[in-house]
Amino acid sequence: MSEILEITLRTIHISATATLLATLWSIPIGSLIALKNFPTKQLIKSIFNALMGMPTVALGLILYLLLSSSGPLGSVNILFTPLAIIIGQALLITPILISLTTNALETIDPEIKDLARTLGASETETSLTILAEAKAGVVLALIASFTRAFAELGVALSVGANLRGGTRILTTAIAMEVQRGQIQHSLTLTAILLTIVFATTITTNLIQTRRRT
Amino acid sequence: MTTVPIIELRNLRKQYVSVHAVRGIDLQIRKGETLTIMGPNGSGKTTMLRIMAGLDTPTTGEIRFNGTKIGDNNRKQIRNQATMVFQKTTLFNTTIHKNIAYGLKIRGFRKKEIHQRVNSVLNAVKLEGYAKRQAKKLSGGEQQRVALARALALNTPLLLLDEPTANLDPETVSIIEETIRYINRQNKTTIIVATHNIFQAQTITERAALLLQGRMVETGTVEEIFRRPSLTLASFARLKNVFTGNSRLLSEGTSLVDIGNGIHIETATPKTGRVATYVRPEDIILSRRPIKSSARNVFKGQITEITDQEPIVRLKINVGKEFLVQITKRSFKEMNLNLGTTVYLAFKASSVHAI
Repeated sequence: MSEILEITLRTIHISATATLLATLWSIPIGSLIALKNFPTKQLIKSIFNALMGMPTVALGLILYLLLSSSGPLGSVNILFTPLAIIIGQALLITPILISLTTNALETIDPEIKDLARTLGASETETSLTILAEAKAGVVLALIASFTRAFAELGVALSVGANLRGGTRILTTAIAMEVQRGQIQHSLTLTAILLTIVFATTITTNLIQTRRRT
Repeated sequence: MTTVPIIELRNLRKQYVSVHAVRGIDLQIRKGETLTIMGPNGSGKTTMLRIMAGLDTPTTGEIRFNGTKIGDNNRKQIRNQATMVFQKTTLFNTTIHKNIAYGLKIRGFRKKEIHQRVNSVLNAVKLEGYAKRQAKKLSGGEQQRVALARALALNTPLLLLDEPTANLDPETVSIIEETIRYINRQNKTTIIVATHNIFQAQTITERAALLLQGRMVETGTVEEIFRRPSLTLASFARLKNVFTGNSRLLSEGTSLVDIGNGIHIETATPKTGRVATYVRPEDIILSRRPIKSSARNVFKGQITEITDQEPIVRLKINVGKEFLVQITKRSFKEMNLNLGTTVYLAFKASSVHAI
C-alpha cells in the first residue's frame, strides 16, 4: 500500500471517528438548547457560536499542555497518538455541530412539537420527530463538521506530531512537504484533500435532493 | 343514571403573563356530542382546545376527562384519547402515508392495520391513491384534508378541530364538513370545533357556545342560539340585515319569512315556524330602476344613511325595514346616489341564510 493511500485512509478514519464522537454529545446538547427554554439560552448559544471560530493552533496548544507528560492528563499517555487527534478534532468541531444543529432545529415549525404530542408522542419521541424533520440541516452540520476536522492542521500537528506510519495525516503531510520544498508532492496531497472535501459535500447534496423529489 | 361527561371544565382560567386567555369557563361535553365554540380572533377558542387536548395546562380550575381529574401525572392519558387538528396546517415533511401512520406507529399498530387505516381515512377525505405523494407538495385544501385524515386514523373518542375550514375553497369546506358529520355519526366521536364562522356551527354541530374575551357568554343548542340571536352574537359575527319572523313553506320548496311591516323575504332554505334570517350586505344588488332578474327578493326604498369607507360605500335603505347594502365607491358615483334617493334592492333566495 502506497504511503499516500495510507495517509488518506488514516485521515478519513480519524476525522470520521472524531465526527461520530462529537455527534454523541453535540446533537443532544444542540437539541436541548433548541427545544428547551431556559434563562441562559441566548448566552450559551452565543458562546458556542463564538467557539466555532476557535483557532486550531490555540486548541492544539491547550490540548498539548493538558496531555503532555507534565500536564494534568499526562498519565493517560495518549499524546502523539491517533486517539489524541481524534479527541482534539472532536472538541474542535463540537461548537460547529452544536450551533448548526440548534439552528437547524430552530427553523422547524414550532407547531411540529404540538403536532407530535397531540398524536400521542412522548417527550423523547417528540424530540426525535423534530430531529427527523430537521434532517437536512443536521446532515449539513455533520458534513460541515467532518470537512472542518478533515482539513484542520493545528490540532493534528500539536497533539499528533506528524509521525510517519502513526499520526501523519493529509494536512500535516502537506505542511511537511511544503517545508521541505516538495511542491509537486504537496500539490498531489492537496488535490486529494480537496477532492474528498468536495466529493463528500456534493454527494450528500445529491442524495438529499433526490430524497426530496 | 346520568352519564359521566367525556370532558368537563370547571372554573377554568388560563393566564399568559398578565393577559387572561380564558376565565371562569364551566363546560360539560357528553360522549358523542358535537359542539362549536364560536368567537372572534383572540377570544380564547384555541386556548380552550389546547387545554382540552392536554397540550397546555390551565392556570387555575379543573379539567376532567371521563370523570378523572387531569394533572401533570396523567396528561399523557388525555393526549392518547384526544387529538387536535390545528388551524395552521402542519404536516411532517414526508409522504402522506407516513404522516397519517405517525400516531398509529406510536400506538404500536401492526403494518397491515396501519395500511388499512391509512387507506380508509384517505377515502373518507376523498384523497384515494394519494398515500405515496409528498405531503408538502399538495394544495392548501388537500393538506388540511390530510391533517384531518391523520387525526381520524387514530379514532380517538375526542376530536378537537381549530378553525378546520378557514381560508379553504368551498369544495374542500364541504368535504371536511361532510367528513366531520360522518365520523360523529359512524364512530360516535365527540367533536369540538372552534370557529369564527357562525354558519358552520349550524352545519356541523348540535350545540354551540359563544366565547367573547375569554368568557363563555352563551351556550345552548344551535337552534336556541340562532333563533334568538343576541346582540353579542350578532356583533361578534358582524351580522347585518338580521331579521326574525315566522316562516312558511312555498310550493316551490323555498320558504317565505314574514319579517314585519308587510315585508316578506324568500329564502332557499325550507323552514317553518320562527326563524332568523341574515343577508350579507355585499349580496344585495342596488338599482335606480325596477330590477328584472332572477332574484326572488326585490324591494323599493329610500336611502337613509351613507357611510363612505373607501373603496366601498355602505348605505342604509328603508324599505319598511332597514337594510344595509354595500357597493363600490365607483358604482356609488356612477349611480349618482344621495340621501332620500329612491332605489330598488334585490337579492337571491339562496343569499338568505335562515336558521
